[in-house]
Amino acid sequence: MITSQVTSEPDITGHFGPYGGRFVPEVLMAPLEELEQAYRAASADPGFQAELTDLLSHYAGRPTPLYYARRLSETLGGAKIYLKREDLLHTGAHKINNCLGQALLARRMGKKRIIAETGAGQHGVATASVCALFGLECVVYMGEEDMRRQRLNVFRMRLMGANVVSVTNGSRTLKDAISEAMRDWVTNVHTTHYLLGSALGAHPYPLMVRDFHRVIGDETHAEILKREGRLPDSIFACVGGGSNAIGMFHAFIGDQSVKLIGIEAGGRSLQLGEHAARFAGGAPGVLHGAKSYLLQDADGQAALTHSVSAGLDYVLIGPEHAWLHDRGRAEYTSCSDADALAAAMKLARTEGIIPALESAHAVHEAIRRAPAEPGKLFVVNLSGRGDKDTDIYRENFPELDAADPNTKAV
Amino acid sequence: MQQTRIQKLFEFVRKENRSALIAYVTAGDPSPERTPGIVAALERGGVDLIELGVPFSDPIADGPVIQRAAARALKAGTTVPKVLDMAREIRKTSEIPILLFTYLNPVLRYGLDKLARDAKAAGIDGCLLTDVSVEEAEPYVAAMRAAELDTVFLAAPTSTERRLKLVAQYSTGFVYLVSRTGVTGEQSALSDSLAPLIDKMRTATKLSLAAGFGISTPEQAGAVAKMADGVVVGSAIVRQIEKDPRGLESLARSLAERMKK
Repeated sequence: MITSQVTSEPDITGHFGPYGGRFVPEVLMAPLEELEQAYRAASADPGFQAELTDLLSHYAGRPTPLYYARRLSETLGGAKIYLKREDLLHTGAHKINNCLGQALLARRMGKKRIIAETGAGQHGVATASVCALFGLECVVYMGEEDMRRQRLNVFRMRLMGANVVSVTNGSRTLKDAISEAMRDWVTNVHTTHYLLGSALGAHPYPLMVRDFHRVIGDETHAEILKREGRLPDSIFACVGGGSNAIGMFHAFIGDQSVKLIGIEAGGRSLQLGEHAARFAGGAPGVLHGAKSYLLQDADGQAALTHSVSAGLDYVLIGPEHAWLHDRGRAEYTSCSDADALAAAMKLARTEGIIPALESAHAVHEAIRRAPAEPGKLFVVNLSGRGDKDTDIYRENFPELDAADPNTKAV
Repeated sequence: MQQTRIQKLFEFVRKENRSALIAYVTAGDPSPERTPGIVAALERGGVDLIELGVPFSDPIADGPVIQRAAARALKAGTTVPKVLDMAREIRKTSEIPILLFTYLNPVLRYGLDKLARDAKAAGIDGCLLTDVSVEEAEPYVAAMRAAELDTVFLAAPTSTERRLKLVAQYSTGFVYLVSRTGVTGEQSALSDSLAPLIDKMRTATKLSLAAGFGISTPEQAGAVAKMADGVVVGSAIVRQIEKDPRGLESLARSLAERMKK
């Protein structure tokens, strides 16, 4: 095992190299300082950590399995593919890891009201869930377009008592939901904790969200050594804001032999407005509190994005990913809508696992590379389950909805 | 560094023993051609300083009224170069101080140094970037200083004493006090947080202090004028532009009249 000195920690002001930082209106600056202090104190408090660990195991269902996808691997005839089953967590995705951590933190800070943004609705559902658990008021901002395409999750949030607010401006997706949540936070900052769901935003959010998801990579690191006696050759994770990916990557950053591969949403094409692949056409910019790669037009206006997957449909990538990218420690590629849908079908047919459309992007890249890499060990972070995407799968596989489906072989 | 028009204005209103009336308009709303005329009407009505807003796609510090203005301006094709054209047009007939008011990304994209030089050449006097904290301000402030432009920073009711000192240290021209926690927009009553914020800021700096956010009626402007050196009215003016720009001069006059008492 080659372990090097490569680390990935922000400096004291929250910068990952030239990225990250704290680009917010002055109203939020002191509250962010307060949040950072509270977070650092909680991190160092064994009582806090013990309570979080207990909840992660007994409420959320950790550790999650590291599953060897034998049929998928054998069908492809190359690399051996393992799946980290974050999809099996309570509420259906990795998002619950961060929500439990931040809810405990909010309680510690005496904040009784929680706000959150959501794209695919998985972060919204996880937030609604922890708010019910801790008896906190919960308001979730969600783009009108995302409410339409992820309506099952809207209902789940409401069932758990959350107030889901429809955001009707801009692209009516995640970008505008974050803007609206920030406006709420600016207004109600004394009583409210903003439970940001991705490794985005102003410092300390990218650091804090990553740390709450580090458990994904830590478990994988230990488990793969136990099962295979060695580290994986390649790790795959989808990247919207980048929380599941950074949580998975972090434990392996010092292991230079392990390739870290992030997959962005390639959408319909790589023309601006048709995708959400920030490293394919984006440039450094500032949005929602941080500097990172941003899809923008020639005048510095944030571009519109598209992805079949609501959770990847966002204009800015988390700042730590931008830094890993520039230093060449992680590589990033994109996967089209069509390829993600096909990968989901393939996983469903070979393993009986229906992935979330977000995670299907990562599955695709592993499927694409596996045949050429026999003897290699792959791990795919299966960040969420596909139940929420049933409507989209139905739209895209209409033949399965027919009375006598003429099922195609995979 | 020569005095900017902004610095001269605050010296002048201090001698007149009054407070400056500052109006925010989104440049290019409803169209780039209309902005110079709108500014002229406001000046005739008694406005002393114009905050010229460069529209941004994601204005997180703005309420619905200014969000709509930004959307209209962007739809009408407003860009940074066009805003500079508007400033040049205004300068043909007016010496009113102009403060560029926007978010960081459009400025970053244009280039900090280039913007500072071009803004100065277009007759702009200073800049305020809503989402640039003093911690992130070094390159921006250096660029503006090199072009002899003022940099105005926000102070808020949540700012700690340490932060207020930093804000004062990085600001030139004046300090912009955010009267309450929240986004821009009209409020029925003045916030209780403003008076204590002004007191705290006075002990931190000798710079002029202007207050904004939630000030819309002549009564509110009159009350704030008793405490602050400048009063910023934004959403009420932008709403008037949305409704009928012909009413702007009289709106400005009613605000200015009340501030003299």
